[in-house]
Amino acid sequence: MADKALYSSRKRRNGIATVLSYGSAGLGVGVLFLVLAVLLWKGFSGLSVAVFTEMTPPPGSAGGLLNAIVGSLIMTILAVVFGTPIGILAGTYMAEYGRHDRLTSVVRFINDILLSAPSIVIGLFIYEIMVVRMGHFSGIAGAIALAVIVVPVVVRTTEDMLLLVPNPLREAASALGMPRAYVIRHVAYRAAKAGIVTGVLLAVARISGETAPLLFTALNNQFWSTSLNGPLASLPVVIYQFALSPYADWQNLAWTGALIITFAVLTLSIAARALTSQKGN
Amino acid sequence: MVDLTIQSRAVGDASVASRAKTLTRLQLTDNVFRWATRLCAIGVLVILSGVILSLIHGSLPALQAFGFGFLTTAVWNPVTENFGALAPIYGTLVTSLIAMAIAVPLGLLIAMFLTELCPMFLRRPIGIAIELLAGIPSIIYGIWGLFIFAPFLQQTVQPFLIATLGNVPGIGFLFQGPPYGIGILTASLILAIMVLPFITSISRDVFEAVPPVLKEAAYGMGCTTWEVVRYVVLPYTRVGVIGGVMLGLGRALGETMAVTFVVGNAHRLSSSILAPGTTISATIANEFTEAVGELYTSSLVSLGLILFVITFIVLAAARYMLLRMERRVG
Repeated sequence: MADKALYSSRKRRNGIATVLSYGSAGLGVGVLFLVLAVLLWKGFSGLSVAVFTEMTPPPGSAGGLLNAIVGSLIMTILAVVFGTPIGILAGTYMAEYGRHDRLTSVVRFINDILLSAPSIVIGLFIYEIMVVRMGHFSGIAGAIALAVIVVPVVVRTTEDMLLLVPNPLREAASALGMPRAYVIRHVAYRAAKAGIVTGVLLAVARISGETAPLLFTALNNQFWSTSLNGPLASLPVVIYQFALSPYADWQNLAWTGALIITFAVLTLSIAARALTSQKGN
Repeated sequence: MVDLTIQSRAVGDASVASRAKTLTRLQLTDNVFRWATRLCAIGVLVILSGVILSLIHGSLPALQAFGFGFLTTAVWNPVTENFGALAPIYGTLVTSLIAMAIAVPLGLLIAMFLTELCPMFLRRPIGIAIELLAGIPSIIYGIWGLFIFAPFLQQTVQPFLIATLGNVPGIGFLFQGPPYGIGILTASLILAIMVLPFITSISRDVFEAVPPVLKEAAYGMGCTTWEVVRYVVLPYTRVGVIGGVMLGLGRALGETMAVTFVVGNAHRLSSSILAPGTTISATIANEFTEAVGELYTSSLVSLGLILFVITFIVLAAARYMLLRMERRVG
């Protein structure tokens, strides 16, 4: 009798947990896809050629997002140009020269903190060291704020990928008389190339949607500008400003901009994933 | 003959000299490269110390003016230049805690689904989808929350909460006031949606690190799926799960854009979670460019410093836990 009660209570518990588990999976995946579905539906209705060819409009008139898209591209490219070499070299030190150093473990720990530090704090940092000094907001400050976010992502993937390169490859190259720097550049980098490129792609995906660090570094610019020495528009900041405005056409542009960013981010992440999985096969 | 020896010696000399030259050149590039990498590694440390120092420097005026009271007063008055951080700190902690209370059980249950219950052919697609969703920028969740989720809450969920839970003695005070749509609860729910993919993918990773033998032994003894998860998987992965949860918490605490859209940006302490509030990051995002006067700006930078200190502690703890888990598995 007692056995039967025990069995049925265990079965009941398992049943409850299983139902909850299926339910949560359904709920979680459902909500996340709902976000994407609404985004597609709202964003596509505003998508037109004008979005890519016209400037951000004053309220009440039609326009596009051209200056914001160009500003975002400029700052993203610059951030990658500044941040990637530092990240790759730092990751190289950690995986190659200083694999068992104390410095490496400290840098790894600090890098992991930077990796998930609130991005708005990075914005404050660049504001303090650049915007205050220069006396005005500028595109270059925005680019450097983004570069600070690029560095930890690239450091992390570079180190991980170089650690995956088998040691016999390095030993073989050293045995032929190659100096260390040559071994790293011509053997280790080559073997880890796909992984390192993945890291850069992930970093681009990460910064292309970042808004908080740009709010008070690059600020925003309603007009066409490619000058790095003045305020520069960017897609995320324009979305932020337009979405919170009371004007319907601005809000529609915000949805379209959100769709463009999401599309870019998903494309980059899928490309990064394809690159590494190809390597695995 | 003589010519030949001289010639060959000359050739030999030249090659020795050129070999020495090549060697020095190689040594030089080697050293330069080595130091360049070392410098960049140190650069990472410089960035972090730069962040800390610049925040401290920027927040000095406010900390000198208000002292320790900055942390404990809820006044936020730009006109009289009187600032206290209590309301944003309270908002940050409450929204993050509610978000975690929702996202952690859901994330763990989804991880259980993905590792134990899900049919094999669906595991990879669902896993990949969740990881991709973790990468979607927060501003997307913010705009969705503002235009879709908040009106939905205002019209359906919040009136229901006020009518039912609002009358329950003991917890009724949490659900008072008119349904604004935006507010602490909405911000918490958006945060929960945002950190869910994070917690799910980390929990799934640590769940998968459990040696199959352990689970098979438990199943072999007749354990149910729930019992295997509860008494084998969870105890084995406890440290890793806690690390993952704290990583999610770190993200929730510092999250800016999604919260700024829906939290209401009101500097007040309210017992009702339906009321508008603010968080540290939302306050900075909202007011920084409009802040006039040194004290106002400095108060906002101080908020940033507080946020950084809180997240630093949480993230450091998370990393430590995950490291312990890694050591145990590997």
